[in-house]
Amino acid sequence: MLAMNYRGPKRVRIDHKPMPEIQHPEDAIIRVTRACICGSDLHLYNGNVPDTRVGTTFGHEFTGVVEEVGAEVTNVKVGDHVLVPFNIACGRCVFCKQGLFGNCHESNPQATAVGAIYGYSHTAGGYDGGQAEYVRVPYANTGPMVIPQGMDPDDAVMLTDVVPTGYQAAEMAGIQTGDTVMVFGAGPVGIMAARCAWLFGAGRVIIIDKIDYRLEFARNYAKCEAYNYEEIGDLAVFAKKQTDSLGVDVCIDAVGAEATGNAMQTITGRKLLLQAGSATALHWAINCVKKGGIVSIVGVYGPTDNLVPIGNVLNKGLTIRANQASVKRLLPRLIEHVQNGILDPKALITHRLPLEEVADGYRLFSAKLDNCIKPVLIPPSARI
Amino acid sequence: MEDNRPFENNRGTENNRNIIGWGIDADPKNDPTYPMKNRSNEEHKGYAWERPTQQPVNMEILHSIERPNVTAVFGTSVPPSGLSGMIRRLAFKRSENEYSHWLPLIIADRVNVVEGIIDDFVKGNYPNLFVEKGYKAEWKHDKLGLFGKFAILAAVTATAVVLLTRNNSNDDED
Repeated sequence: MLAMNYRGPKRVRIDHKPMPEIQHPEDAIIRVTRACICGSDLHLYNGNVPDTRVGTTFGHEFTGVVEEVGAEVTNVKVGDHVLVPFNIACGRCVFCKQGLFGNCHESNPQATAVGAIYGYSHTAGGYDGGQAEYVRVPYANTGPMVIPQGMDPDDAVMLTDVVPTGYQAAEMAGIQTGDTVMVFGAGPVGIMAARCAWLFGAGRVIIIDKIDYRLEFARNYAKCEAYNYEEIGDLAVFAKKQTDSLGVDVCIDAVGAEATGNAMQTITGRKLLLQAGSATALHWAINCVKKGGIVSIVGVYGPTDNLVPIGNVLNKGLTIRANQASVKRLLPRLIEHVQNGILDPKALITHRLPLEEVADGYRLFSAKLDNCIKPVLIPPSARI
Repeated sequence: MEDNRPFENNRGTENNRNIIGWGIDADPKNDPTYPMKNRSNEEHKGYAWERPTQQPVNMEILHSIERPNVTAVFGTSVPPSGLSGMIRRLAFKRSENEYSHWLPLIIADRVNVVEGIIDDFVKGNYPNLFVEKGYKAEWKHDKLGLFGKFAILAAVTATAVVLLTRNNSNDDED
């Protein structure tokens, strides 16, 4: 089968790999119909996630048709068109039972701090991902969900990560009616977080980035204010000026390790790998939020340390809430929102590429070429 | 010029409330500790849940020393091998709490890249850097940027060649 093949930092290609096989009675094999490239895939692409082995296939946002199921699978059957949450979760450990499907304790032997994610290095379990023609889906009784009748497959694939992650960012932010919400990062997740902040009753939503086409997109899509941080001066002063000198109520970090905007963070976090990525957005979030405010983190960082002003967290009495999205928990509500026309996730997709052009897709997304917001890879069988 | 405009106290306008879906999920009881509060003490008595069937462990799976076992299900992509595999095995002797776990893994990743290139050559599958680095997309959408990159690369290479050649010439003269 055709599959994306990681060869080293900024080097990927399409290759022929063996077909995945059922390895556990709760496994399913899925023929992929859509696979997105995620902003967090860029951390892998850039070689910033420890234990990313050459030969791995990335891809944790995908939909597909069930081709084969293990002996204990009852949730889906052969021929079902399913969307697959990016978390691999058993559904029965203490964490899954609490709805923390992103923190399953029975799917990632390599790390206790990290749940399991498709195609996201051995630090996230060592699974091959969905940027391929076929993929093994473990715990098929818990993860995959049949795509509701009539739902556009492009909407469905966005429900595997982007929508739940953006929504959970707003949910974790504990937004109260009238709150001013500042979102860092106008990538797909940041734009979705800004859109979802309104659902929780935000009074103002401000998004910060430096890419003008993305800010323009966010302004139109999320109906929010959008500012280029290179044009507004010191961000903490800007945040104070916008809020009668108090600071915003809530900050959302939707950037993570790839942040730009601070040379020291960029050099130590992204170039020298002395930190688990560049923590510029988180640094700004801590300094822009008001005393007693909430910082919600969905931007992905590596497992080691980052330089952030933790003293300000203490002195300002901040609450920090963070997690990988618990997709399974959120799906029912989010499907309602999509079906009722409240959320329009497929509008974020700007590029549809054949799977065979995966290397171009990564370059396009990484270098932000051709006004790219979200690229989707389509395998040959789904193009017929 | 100093900006002396007064600070604004803007909590949003009524117009914002016309945005489709505004406030539909507003929840004044959104508890910052959600959902951990739903726990019961019973559930936190270690491995109290009924564990799923164990996936057969028929390959080398490194597991964190912070857990007693391999998880019921695990990924089987790219088992450790070669020099990078040796480094990874050493890394997994230390806990996730230690730099001596993570830094060797990052080093192993870099070693693994070289192993991958050697493996490609051994198999006669010579890496096509122009394709693998996605330069086709850059050629299509940002020719100027691509030319700039190649120009810098050419300049650096030329400088290195000149410097090395000059040093060699000086050595010969000596």
